[in-house]
Amino acid sequence: MDTRRRNFLQASAVLSFAVMSGVLTLEEARAAETQWNKELFEATDNEGVFKALGASNPEKSDKVKLVAPDIAENGAVVPIALSAEMANVTMMAFLIPENPNTMTGMFNIPEGTEANIATRVKMAKTSDIFGLVKAGDKYYLAQKEVKVTLGGCGG
Amino acid sequence: MATRPMRIRAKETDGVVNVKVLMAHVMETGQRKDQEGKIVPAWHITNVTAKCNDKDVFSAQWGPAISRDPYLAFSFKGAKKGDKIEITWIDTKKETRTDTAEIK
Repeated sequence: MDTRRRNFLQASAVLSFAVMSGVLTLEEARAAETQWNKELFEATDNEGVFKALGASNPEKSDKVKLVAPDIAENGAVVPIALSAEMANVTMMAFLIPENPNTMTGMFNIPEGTEANIATRVKMAKTSDIFGLVKAGDKYYLAQKEVKVTLGGCGG
Repeated sequence: MATRPMRIRAKETDGVVNVKVLMAHVMETGQRKDQEGKIVPAWHITNVTAKCNDKDVFSAQWGPAISRDPYLAFSFKGAKKGDKIEITWIDTKKETRTDTAEIK
């Protein structure tokens, strides 16, 4: 085989491989970006959430710290934060059972990302908030009651 | 429909990049009624992803109970000042927005 032909074939092979892995990554990324666990977000209590996640027996843990105000001035905007000290945390979530749907948000923690998140949530009325953490194969919980004077879901 | 840009602050301290984002989105729950008594349909961000140096550093699935104009804070290791962080959201209407910021 002459050199030019060989080079051309080599280049094509490399290019095809690059395009193929590029396309695959793009599709995977799109799929991941648009995956939305409907069953999870339709659950109306903690049990429904655990079931949708396949979470068995989450246990209360001191190593999970949920930060939330004692009283929320405005139920439409309640600042909350969740941190976990255990290793291998892969997922964190907030559950608000007194809301029409319990699951608020599920946060994926890839390797290299800290188990520490903060956001702001809506609360329909006074409720316990639960911080759920997945570390390895196990689930852990922390809980805090937040009193709401002005409900946040539009009611 | 044009959406307002996200405000992203990414600061590296001792090898940890702390990211704070403020997104502009109505995050309509689908529970609210308008002045005529009709339900305002749900319209909210469903997915958020963050990438830095081609690596996924964060992702989330959100429901309508995340507040309007969502705030998000998270931290990760493995990047340095000058690197770029890219944050994307997708909503129930499949509208999407990506903004980028430099790590300071």
